[in-house]
Amino acid sequence: MSAVPAPPRAPGAAPGSGPRRAGPLSPATAAVLRTETRLFSREIGSMFWIVGSPVLLLAIMGLVPSFREPDPNLGGLRQVDLYVPVSVLLSMLMAAIMAMPPVVFGYREAGVLRRMRTTPVRPLALLATQVALHGAAVAISTVLVLVVGSVVLGTPVPAAPGWYLLSYLLALVAVFGLGAIVTAVAPNARIGAAIGMVVFFPAMFTAGVYYPIQAMAGQLRGIVELTPLGAASQALYEAMAGSAPHLEHLAVLTFWIVVCYGIAGRVFRWE
Amino acid sequence: MVDETDGPAVLVEDLHKRYGNKTAVDGVSFAVEHGEIFGILGPNGAGKTTAVESIAGLRIGERGTVRVLGLDPWRDRDEVVHVLGIQLQESRLQPKITVREALELWSAFYTDPTPWPELADRLGLTEHLDRRFALLSGGQQQRLSIALALVGHPRVVILDELTTGLDPRARRDVWQLVREVRDSGVTVLLVTHSMEEAQQLCDRIAIIDGGRVRALDTPEGLIRAGGSASVVSFLPTAALDLEAVRRLDDVVDIRLDGDRVVVEGADDVALAILGELAAQGVVPTQLRVAAGSLDSAYLDLTRQHDLSEEPA
Repeated sequence: MSAVPAPPRAPGAAPGSGPRRAGPLSPATAAVLRTETRLFSREIGSMFWIVGSPVLLLAIMGLVPSFREPDPNLGGLRQVDLYVPVSVLLSMLMAAIMAMPPVVFGYREAGVLRRMRTTPVRPLALLATQVALHGAAVAISTVLVLVVGSVVLGTPVPAAPGWYLLSYLLALVAVFGLGAIVTAVAPNARIGAAIGMVVFFPAMFTAGVYYPIQAMAGQLRGIVELTPLGAASQALYEAMAGSAPHLEHLAVLTFWIVVCYGIAGRVFRWE
Repeated sequence: MVDETDGPAVLVEDLHKRYGNKTAVDGVSFAVEHGEIFGILGPNGAGKTTAVESIAGLRIGERGTVRVLGLDPWRDRDEVVHVLGIQLQESRLQPKITVREALELWSAFYTDPTPWPELADRLGLTEHLDRRFALLSGGQQQRLSIALALVGHPRVVILDELTTGLDPRARRDVWQLVREVRDSGVTVLLVTHSMEEAQQLCDRIAIIDGGRVRALDTPEGLIRAGGSASVVSFLPTAALDLEAVRRLDDVVDIRLDGDRVVVEGADDVALAILGELAAQGVVPTQLRVAAGSLDSAYLDLTRQHDLSEEPA
């Protein structure tokens, strides 16, 4: 322990100025990002589900011989091709619904967020870091799915990259919005895990994990397309096939984004 | 910018805080001077933690004023966090963060941190630097928490239940560290329900009960006000008339502890007792005269509220 009292501040210097705000991130926020990245890399389970399981799903679908045959009902695409957007969405769901909320519950219940409030770092920085890290894991997973799919299974790469990127980002924000709601409404980790399950399985279905939307019958498909994952799946599929996605899908995604963050922002508690 | 040398280090005036229907803090006022260890002592549920959390800006009172070095923690949070270190009760960290990572992270929060290896050494954490938080013992977690409160080089530090879960040796070490921190010019606000800790460490103590300050003085002042500045105990060689001793002017309390007679009273009560024993023809063997403790003063001041206040 240094026996020297803190030097008096230069007159007029606001506390926290000085070396902070040098780059795009203050050193304190950069330190949070660095530390949380290390902690995230220790979550082997999350890594597997976010990065490993989607490409595994695609590979398994690719093993089914009939899924590799061009289907005239799909305009010459194959069943396995439909699983590319599905696998991408599965990664988002794993990250936003299964992996991230328990981290936030843990931080809230252990008092980590509260503790942060007494430091120059805002607890929001900790949450933003978590979103960024889980989002990055999803991005890695997406690249893996697109590359492995294209190289090993001959699945199409996005033919309309701009539209694909837009649809992708909207989907990512919307799915993390679902995760935000789960995190916000749950009073504790146990109930949070239950709510997560309740959201997760219908979301898996609407994303087309069990049965691709593009192969669904008309009325069911119309309903599924109104869900965030259904709209996302369609938009990603259309951009992959080479056309601009229907505006309606992007509108549905935007609607869900507004609703999810609106609710989550009102309900979320820091402690 | 407020001149920080003016006025007390921490000022609390007429603080009120309720949770629903329950009043946690009911008009607390006190001023902590620069460079003192100020104790807040009281039973569980007395409102101690609520009071210091209001000072830290974690809670906002319905009424009253709080100032830390002239800053308002309810409004000027961004400035207060740079001068105030706090060790919260029952606050854990990320389960997989190591001791080293936590210390490095917290050091990065502040512009002028204390070198953390020194702090870790003082708190006996050096051999646990690579251990994850979840695998630390309660005492180790507590010591890390203290280190994090001090690493930012705060001007004022709040320590809430400082030595919970520490073994006696670690407790002594932490007390010594807190004294050194105080001697380096830092103002310490210490929340405790340990009488011994308060008496050992504090320059002044506020006894809080039922959300109010019941007494505020130096430890000696509180002991004297309780009337039990000294404790005399002995084994009588013959039957003793306890009532006669009790009637002596300076005697506050008399009781039997096995065969031993224990008398509490004012500073010079021993002389009066010896006179009375001589008059009764009783010889006190194994006579001991000790300074009074805070215990009786504390019990006097908080006893009357025990039944009316519900512990939280």
